[in-house]
Amino acid sequence: MKISRSKFAATVVAATAVVSLAACGGGGDAASSGKTTITLLTDNAETTVKPAKAIAEAFEKANPTITVKLESRPGGADGDNLVKTKLSTGDMADVFWYNSGSLLQALSPEKNLVDLTGDAALKDTDPAFLPTVTQNGKVYGAPVGTVMGGGILYNKEVYSKLGLSVPKTWAEFESNSDKIKAAGLTAVVGSFKDTWTSQLFVLGDFHNVASANPSFAADYTANKVKYATDPTAVKGFEKTAEAKARGWLNKSAGSTTFDQGMKLLASGKAGQYPLLTFPVGTLSKADAAKIGFFGIPGDDASKNGATIWPGNGQYIPKTSKNIDAAKKFIAFVASPAGSEVYSSAAPPTGPYMVTGSKVPADAPPVAQDLQAYIDAKATTPALEFLSPVKGPSLEQITVAVETGQTSGKDGAAQYDADVTKQAKQLGLPGW
Amino acid sequence: MVTSVTPSQTRTTGPRGDAGAGRPTRKQARSGGARNLRARTYSYWFYAPAAVIYGLIFLVPTVIAFYYSLTRWTLFDSEFIGLDNFRQFFSEQSLVSGLKNTLIYAVLTSGLKVVLGMLFAVLLTGPIRSRGLLRSVVFFPVLVSTVAVGITFSVLLQPDFGLVATVLSKVGITSPDWLGDPSLALLSVALVDVWKGVGLATLIYIAGILAIPKDYYEAVDVDGGSAWTKFRNITLPLARPATFTVILLSLIGGLRSFDLIWTMTGGGPGFSSDVIASVIYKQYQAGFYGLATAGNVVLFVMVSLIIFPLFRYFNSKEVES
Repeated sequence: MKISRSKFAATVVAATAVVSLAACGGGGDAASSGKTTITLLTDNAETTVKPAKAIAEAFEKANPTITVKLESRPGGADGDNLVKTKLSTGDMADVFWYNSGSLLQALSPEKNLVDLTGDAALKDTDPAFLPTVTQNGKVYGAPVGTVMGGGILYNKEVYSKLGLSVPKTWAEFESNSDKIKAAGLTAVVGSFKDTWTSQLFVLGDFHNVASANPSFAADYTANKVKYATDPTAVKGFEKTAEAKARGWLNKSAGSTTFDQGMKLLASGKAGQYPLLTFPVGTLSKADAAKIGFFGIPGDDASKNGATIWPGNGQYIPKTSKNIDAAKKFIAFVASPAGSEVYSSAAPPTGPYMVTGSKVPADAPPVAQDLQAYIDAKATTPALEFLSPVKGPSLEQITVAVETGQTSGKDGAAQYDADVTKQAKQLGLPGW
Repeated sequence: MVTSVTPSQTRTTGPRGDAGAGRPTRKQARSGGARNLRARTYSYWFYAPAAVIYGLIFLVPTVIAFYYSLTRWTLFDSEFIGLDNFRQFFSEQSLVSGLKNTLIYAVLTSGLKVVLGMLFAVLLTGPIRSRGLLRSVVFFPVLVSTVAVGITFSVLLQPDFGLVATVLSKVGITSPDWLGDPSLALLSVALVDVWKGVGLATLIYIAGILAIPKDYYEAVDVDGGSAWTKFRNITLPLARPATFTVILLSLIGGLRSFDLIWTMTGGGPGFSSDVIASVIYKQYQAGFYGLATAGNVVLFVMVSLIIFPLFRYFNSKEVES
């Protein structure tokens, strides 16, 4: 009896030891062979994976002692979760590419990320990028990829065939859309199967909100202004509702995916698609050449401009064992040479946030359109880059508005409630 | 719910019976010396592995969940905020429609599974050819992964070029936007759920019907009764235990349904096909881990409130019949 019990105990101890040994075995110690391996986690979109691969190869060629191993994660909210889980379990890759702005703030950068303030890795970074990766005066990221525009993608062939010009005011946009509809085409593509695409009338309208009220972002963070009660802010929701009310949408918008939406636009069956500019990079060169970009028009033609997404960041978790190699890598990505490699793998749909890099002449028209807005200093970063407050249900709310289930005004009020919830969950002061 | 009912049942019948026997032995052992005690209690070691695993992956998380539902929890750290999460969860705008949708979905799928399952079972226990094959065909969807079913049907139900729309247009019907129309989305998903789950209901009914002694049917034959009489007066009442099982299982399944809805509509368009589970999942997705945990506590209580009385009612009925 005694023997069997001690045997049992010994087995338990042995089993536990084996398990914990196995758990420890995961950490890579490639350093012994004189070679360092770093891991890079990116989202799994084709427009990210391809350039990531190209950059890793170019970097390995320039630094023969470092190997870069690629990992990918889903995009959207599932990806957010994965990144948070990996950070909290200490299992994060040495470098990860992730959103800047409010989503970065939610990662507790002070606790989890390596401070890059004044680091040599950022020597080529455009200073305009830094505010989107800064928390409490400390910089945590370097830029990767291009700036995105958020507004209307339009089919240039449809526009020239119908004799339309790029609208500078919402009234012009309305009349353009009615004409496209009268020509038997879809005026505005809705792709509610991929819910995030429904938010652009609201998020892309922020340039107009900010030009009417320059302190909106600060007041918004401090809980002093609301979407439902601010006369300019509510318009984004009303514009969303208008698409359905005036019959601009495609018939099966509720089941259309974002891929199918891009096909509708590129084929000329649809004229306009409220979206970010990056999907143009997935199109063939001939199709991409047909598509242009303009910001969501406001009421005042003289204040016409566009809302931009300053691009993603690259971050190093504090748990990384190869911080020096990781810094070398992010410096390479955020350099003119790195940008060129990036462009060779995915046609740029906007400028890079890297000093000394230029949009190549053969880039798709959307990149040139966006560059023109930037050169004219007629851009505003999206609200999520200026304020940590962003409600998680906006995409469902805008779908409900754009399918006619909720009025624009009610949608704005619902979003305000959603935002209050987020602020409370983040424990922000003043909410 | 099924899982939490079963272990607690096994616990009450298994270890408790032994604990009753074990306690007096322990008293005896105290007077009889250490060796005796060891000899009498060694058998507890056989429970140890199961108890440790059960404790670690069921008991501890459950208790911890109740605590975290009272905190603001970011995965990195948590802060105690009392009942705020519950207050927030109950003021969630999609909660009311989510509750309504959950009940509609549960009752609709459960009802259809009972009716169709019974009909299929009567058919498949009848004297027809290739019965075995047909039985497997009905059961087959149950074996397919729910997510795969969801993705497949999303493609089939696409209103422009999906198979369903193409077939309907051949007979001159314009297909509605099954999953994109807010008023249809929940119903479409419910029908797919029935397609996937009716095989299990049929299987339970087949077992129930085959367990009815042949004598009753022969008695009807002798009295000159019709097939309808057999069904109405023998099959239906005597398959009652099967009916209760089907209702209970499909109602529980419907109340906590999530995977199919999430893959097919994501609760949309807008909030039109949101159910409790998807409302909770969205809180989790947004990083509101404390709030999501509070939602799960609410779901747990809600399912218990509906299922336990039903379970007792059915059990009491079974004794009567």
